[in-house]
Amino acid sequence: MAHGAHESHTALIWKVFGFLSLVTVVEVALGIIKPASLHLTSFLGTSPLNWIFIILTLVKAYGITWYFMHMIDEQKWFRRSVVWTTVFLICYLTVILLVEGDYLHEVLTPYIKWDY
Amino acid sequence: MEATVATKEHHSWADDKTEKKPFGASYGKMMMWFFIMSDALTFSGFIAAYGLMRFKFIETWPIADEVFTHIPFIHGEFPMYYVAFMTFVLIFSSVTMVLAVDAGHQMKKNKVAWYMFATILGGAVFVGSQAWEWKTFINGSYGAVEMHDGKIIQFVDGSGHQVALESFVTAHEGERKQHARKNGLWFVKEGSLPVFTMDEVMEGFKKHPELSIRTEKIDASVKQKEVLSRADAMKYLAEGKQVVKGANLKVNEYGNTLFADFFFFITGFHGFHVFSGIVFNIIIFFNVIIGTYEKRKNYEMVEKVGLYWHFVDLVWVFVFTFFYLV
Repeated sequence: MAHGAHESHTALIWKVFGFLSLVTVVEVALGIIKPASLHLTSFLGTSPLNWIFIILTLVKAYGITWYFMHMIDEQKWFRRSVVWTTVFLICYLTVILLVEGDYLHEVLTPYIKWDY
Repeated sequence: MEATVATKEHHSWADDKTEKKPFGASYGKMMMWFFIMSDALTFSGFIAAYGLMRFKFIETWPIADEVFTHIPFIHGEFPMYYVAFMTFVLIFSSVTMVLAVDAGHQMKKNKVAWYMFATILGGAVFVGSQAWEWKTFINGSYGAVEMHDGKIIQFVDGSGHQVALESFVTAHEGERKQHARKNGLWFVKEGSLPVFTMDEVMEGFKKHPELSIRTEKIDASVKQKEVLSRADAMKYLAEGKQVVKGANLKVNEYGNTLFADFFFFITGFHGFHVFSGIVFNIIIFFNVIIGTYEKRKNYEMVEKVGLYWHFVDLVWVFVFTFFYLV
């Protein structure tokens, strides 16, 4: 490393760990309790509970990438070339596949027999 | 990197003393990032494919809470707890990894070695837990019946709780034995036979009027599997093909076979990543101990395998959400 002596970031690391653990605890608690108001209602295509899970997951992903993988210390355009590209491609793939899955469901459902 | 230098004039990335490296990153670190990008896209492909099939079978997909309910050494149903524990183990091993990188920046050899050691241990606990999870999933819990058209029906008592086949079915001495090499054709193999025949299940079911069955269909208003009336249950059972216990790539007592296929494939691929991560960590661990990086005067190799290790953790965060939570 060309920047000479490095100070320790131990305190920050433990703080991030505490935060990630807290988020996981919240996720697991919600997953076990499954409050009816969040679980059985629908918001933008799925239940609010699922949206909470997805958002918390993205928050955790941010914490891991920025602080554990040290993205925060990389140069701005290096960070962007990695993060933006990946996020764009994943969104692209996911949207197409999920729309297709929804369509398959629509086409398939009338042909499934439930009375014997 | 030295090995790639072809001529004297060639200006290698590592030799660049002008501080004009692209993005100020070393060659190895940048390539690790680009590898991680491509690997991330591979995993997204798998998880998105899981999403595709889940959306296709959205009304009949197994409910993960009812599938992964076991904890080692403890009986009873505890959804989520064990996976949550595995998640913690992996996050914690990520922390010890980043602490190793941090100690490396300060050139503290012993600290790096100890933190690497803790990371390896964490990884081993995780892979072990994953193996246990697989074993439990393959062995199954209650058993079910597969119908002729491939649907799965499970048995429930009056309160809607699942009932194990053994609790109401009695096996008879049957004519049919498992075909093995020693009692039949030596070049033909046969898997183990189901514990009960359909007739035995039918008989047991008739003797227990409190029982009913539930289909794969999810009642959208309560997000639970639909339980049939006794009369309907009889009609369904008449269409039964075979008894299923546990899950494999062909049949799955918890519901759609694709659920098991994706479970094995995605967690298996992730587990393989963890395993290779452990191997890398062990190599770097020994390099730290024999002082390779002390001589080199930088611990960047620790940082590079660290990136890979954190990536494995990152993937697990998504697998955890999309397999167990959502």
